[in-house]
Amino acid sequence: MDIAQNILLTIMTAATPLLIAAIGELVVERSGVLNLGVEGMMVIGAVCGFAATALSGSPWIGILAAVGAGAVFSLLFGVLTLSLAANQVATGLSLTLLGLGLSGMIGEAFVGSAGIKLASIQIPGLTEIPLVGRLVFGQDPIFYFSLILTGGVAWFLFRTRAGLTLRAIGDNHASAHALGINVLKIRYLAVMFGGACAGLAGAHLSLVYTPQWVENMTAGRGWIALALVVFASWRPWRVLGGAYLFGAVSIGQLHAQALGFGIPSQFLSALPYVATIVVLVIISRDRRLTLMNTPASLGQPFVPDR
Amino acid sequence: MRIELQKRPVPSRLFAVLSPFIALGLTLVAGAILFIALGKNPFDALYSFFIEPLTEVWSIHELTVKAAPLILIAVGLSVCYRSNNWNIGAEGQFIMGGILGSLVPILLPGFQTWLTLPLMLVLGMIGGAAWGAIPAYLKTRFNTNEILTSLMLVYIAQLYLDWLARGVLRDPNGNNFPGSIRFPDAAQLPEIMPSQGSAHYGIVLALLAAVIIWFMLRYTLNGFEIKVLGANPRAGRFAGFSQNRMVYFSFLLSGALAGLAGITEVSGAIGQLRETISPGYGFTAIIVAFLGRLNPLGAIAAGFMLALTYLGGEAAQMTLGVSDKVGRVFQGLLLFFVLGCDTLINYRVRLVWRKATATAGGQA
Repeated sequence: MDIAQNILLTIMTAATPLLIAAIGELVVERSGVLNLGVEGMMVIGAVCGFAATALSGSPWIGILAAVGAGAVFSLLFGVLTLSLAANQVATGLSLTLLGLGLSGMIGEAFVGSAGIKLASIQIPGLTEIPLVGRLVFGQDPIFYFSLILTGGVAWFLFRTRAGLTLRAIGDNHASAHALGINVLKIRYLAVMFGGACAGLAGAHLSLVYTPQWVENMTAGRGWIALALVVFASWRPWRVLGGAYLFGAVSIGQLHAQALGFGIPSQFLSALPYVATIVVLVIISRDRRLTLMNTPASLGQPFVPDR
Repeated sequence: MRIELQKRPVPSRLFAVLSPFIALGLTLVAGAILFIALGKNPFDALYSFFIEPLTEVWSIHELTVKAAPLILIAVGLSVCYRSNNWNIGAEGQFIMGGILGSLVPILLPGFQTWLTLPLMLVLGMIGGAAWGAIPAYLKTRFNTNEILTSLMLVYIAQLYLDWLARGVLRDPNGNNFPGSIRFPDAAQLPEIMPSQGSAHYGIVLALLAAVIIWFMLRYTLNGFEIKVLGANPRAGRFAGFSQNRMVYFSFLLSGALAGLAGITEVSGAIGQLRETISPGYGFTAIIVAFLGRLNPLGAIAAGFMLALTYLGGEAAQMTLGVSDKVGRVFQGLLLFFVLGCDTLINYRVRLVWRKATATAGGQA
């Protein structure tokens, strides 16, 4: 039975970066901004987290560096799309391209060097409980934070006045502006929150999931996180469900590769990407439902009149 | 400090021409800062990055080899983006074109006539178009976001190629190295001036495609349709233009051109099917399309510019010992500045240093 616990553990570990990045992007999109740069911010977080950990010796400093780097990097996107009203799709893409290039350059010195893993939590007596001990009491700190983050964002968006304001901006920025809300300021904050989350997600990859630096190590996870937001109809708890589903698919294909089955490994590696497409098709099939769930101002630039 | 935008009554013609050059200038400045941060003399570095590759005949040949796929792909993407269809999976369409076209020399090595090469090129276009048709079908039939599906298909195409090159299409006499047999001469895109350098006829195809598509956009009803549906879908519908048909048209066209780029790369530059056939041309071409202001003729100039960043990256690595990744950083920076400068076309930009008092829409 311990095998089951181990498999569940790996699924949760694989799902955590997807969850964190998607929750961040969910807040951004709820404010009406589409940032396609998740992959780029994530890979910047991964390399900065790894580099800061290697230089300081402490994964915690690495995490702080990753979060900060993600937020600062997202500001580039913010200035272009918010202050300069540039096309959000194209700017997000350029953030991803720049992030992949920049991370390759920063990380070159760290290729092949041994990483420091962020230690999992150990609570004597509780972690050793058979079957569930390590699942509940023995995971890495970022995992626990991802759950708090999901709950916190759900509470913020649907139970607080500020959350209502943010959603109002995402649904109709002109009306929100007319009500005296500073649309661009709140969008800036949302974009930076998304960047910080993507940075943390990247740090989880390079400090917990596979503690090393490999170029392009995000391998499309940022894009899958974007798909998860659509899949979840912009609702935080559904993002959690989707992230674990994808974690299960990617861990499942790894186990299938190990077992063989005679299926080429490349076909199994392609499964998460195929699953993303299939899920997107299923969820967006109903045009009316999609229209109802999508923040109405999503992707449209806003220039306040003076 | 605050940036204030004021909509221009009409887009500025001056900045429409100037903005790509301002962006290039800003990229050079940012590049100089980057090189200083790396501890290199910025002038030497920029020289070896952007000028040195242009001083030798062989490297100008090399430039056209790199520019050809970039221009081919970017021309198709320009049509896509103008009509508001976000195909970002050109890399995958490039790969599928390369694969399908390569089947001719790999499966029929004895078939060596004047027909071999044209057949390969056509199959390459079909392969790319078919891969591009998937996101178009999903968008029109199921309303699925084409950005994410076209991108996911890139990863799938890469894995598929990897499997083919290591598995069924591997050269049986290749000592277990991944990669197909070397293509026979009849299946290789010839070089233009073999005695001088490696430039092959791919660049001619690219220039031809750019001119044809430019003509279509400027002088045909189809081109008008693309622009109307991109700028104002509602107006397009009233004019009786079909949105769905435009999705298919733009994806099939850009897919076919990316596929053509793929097979010209395989048959002209590489000479066999390998497990990777592209250093990210499909993504770099997105930058080319925007730097060329979504104009096929602009894509020609932009394609050569971005090809230079590939060569400059290699040159800088050899002469300065900086990472060849610097080239990709330049590419990303360039797109950033291009998009930022495009704001100048539609808006007057003012920097406001003091907080404006008593303006409408208060400061929260």
